[in-house]
Amino acid sequence: MNTVIHIIMIILILLVLLTIAAGLIYVERRMLAVWQDRYGPNRTGPFGLLQVLADMVKIFFKEDWIPPFVDKKVFIIAPTIVMMAVLMSFAIIPFTPKIGVVDLNIGVLFFLAMSSMGAYSVVLAGWASNNKYALLGGIRGAAQMISYEVFMGLSLMGVVILAGSFNLRDIVEAQRKIWFFIPQIVGFVIFFLAGLAETHRLPFDIPEAESELIAGYHAEYSGMKFGMFFVGEYLGISLISALVTTLYFGGWLGPHFLPPIVWFLIKMFAFILLFILIRATLPRPRYDQLMSLGWKLLLPLSLLNLLVTGAVVLYGHL
Amino acid sequence: MNLVFYIAALVAIFATLRAVLHKHAVHALLYLIVSLLSVAVIFFILGAPFLAALEVIIYAGAIMVLFVFVVMMLNRGEAAVQQEKEWFRFRTWAWPSVLVLILFVEWVYMLWRGSAQQSFAGVTQGPIQPQQVGELLFTQYLLGVEMAAMMLMAGIIGAYHIGKQKQKSYHRYLEEKSDQISISENKTQEVI
Repeated sequence: MNTVIHIIMIILILLVLLTIAAGLIYVERRMLAVWQDRYGPNRTGPFGLLQVLADMVKIFFKEDWIPPFVDKKVFIIAPTIVMMAVLMSFAIIPFTPKIGVVDLNIGVLFFLAMSSMGAYSVVLAGWASNNKYALLGGIRGAAQMISYEVFMGLSLMGVVILAGSFNLRDIVEAQRKIWFFIPQIVGFVIFFLAGLAETHRLPFDIPEAESELIAGYHAEYSGMKFGMFFVGEYLGISLISALVTTLYFGGWLGPHFLPPIVWFLIKMFAFILLFILIRATLPRPRYDQLMSLGWKLLLPLSLLNLLVTGAVVLYGHL
Repeated sequence: MNLVFYIAALVAIFATLRAVLHKHAVHALLYLIVSLLSVAVIFFILGAPFLAALEVIIYAGAIMVLFVFVVMMLNRGEAAVQQEKEWFRFRTWAWPSVLVLILFVEWVYMLWRGSAQQSFAGVTQGPIQPQQVGELLFTQYLLGVEMAAMMLMAGIIGAYHIGKQKQKSYHRYLEEKSDQISISENKTQEVI
């Protein structure tokens, strides 16, 4: 009986996540419009809410064209990898003490493993498309994602030291006294920047920079294969927001007048909106600027953060 | 759990064979990634979740991406596949196969005699937590860790040395004006 409940919960989480990811397309377009003083989609249904539905119907009925010059097998596999990697990562997120797919004692590491799997999606899509722009996008994506994974992992280790565990539930429980974004403010900023780069969102959407590379690694994709990259990106935003909430902002913890799941969702949506606000305001840096920001500033900073955190924790133990 | 092990092991064997036998470099690499992932599953079942995670992060996630990256940059296409076909003749793979077969027979013999069970006995003592791995790395195996670190450092310095010689770019905007160039330019202007 327990197994049945568990399976139902997994399916429900999956459905809710996909709905959120699709809904984010509408939220993003509306919020971008608000911040840029225009209307955004407002014609289809009340407040333009049905626009997402119309877009979805369109993308499902589009011709699913596989160009004759591509490497067919890899071309088809590539978009599924990003969806799988991101959805697998959601398995470790504890939405509340009771809602969550798995209670894994290496939760943080599992997320890092899955995010490094996600890099293959960009690389393989860029290579399989057999197109110069797509290849350039794939190469940029590979370099960007490998580099930013390094300090993403390092910035998380501060939290792991403070909580003394890789398990996300233990990490949330360890934040009862104080949320980790206060002692780990440097780690939080680095993790957020690395999260932007990992999901290749605008300012850091260099693998797909449309003004230089048409659409980069997914230039040759159409129909639902493109849709997978698109939804995968929004799922990625939700994942990074959920992780920031869990690791730095106390997860489900909050005053008792609201249930835990509501606290979690409020915090998560705040960070999703921050993602969109950053997209609305900042221009894209050059590729080499992104790389030197990563290796020359963020890497030393995250190492220093790790050193100081370790020293403080050790001093506290003595 | 036994069933999961056998599935993962079969996938690993199949994927590794495909990785060796495939003539297309990128496809072979993809099979190698699958093989590494299934090995990670086996580690997880054996009670080493930390090792499984590191296997995926470091081998499947970082090192193989770099492999794919290089193969992608070279992008040799059909010519490379033809070359692989020519290299892959009976004469090339006959002797290695015989050697592998000898090892395989030995292994089967050992399993049959049951002597291997003793050496496997130490493996399943329950899950090994990340803390234990960390403690061992910084106490018992500290020397090994330090030596590996030195080797990596040597690699980094070597790569830096090779990559240091900058190619001079002759683009009129991107050119970094060193002193020599500006002096020579001034001279030419004076001559004119």
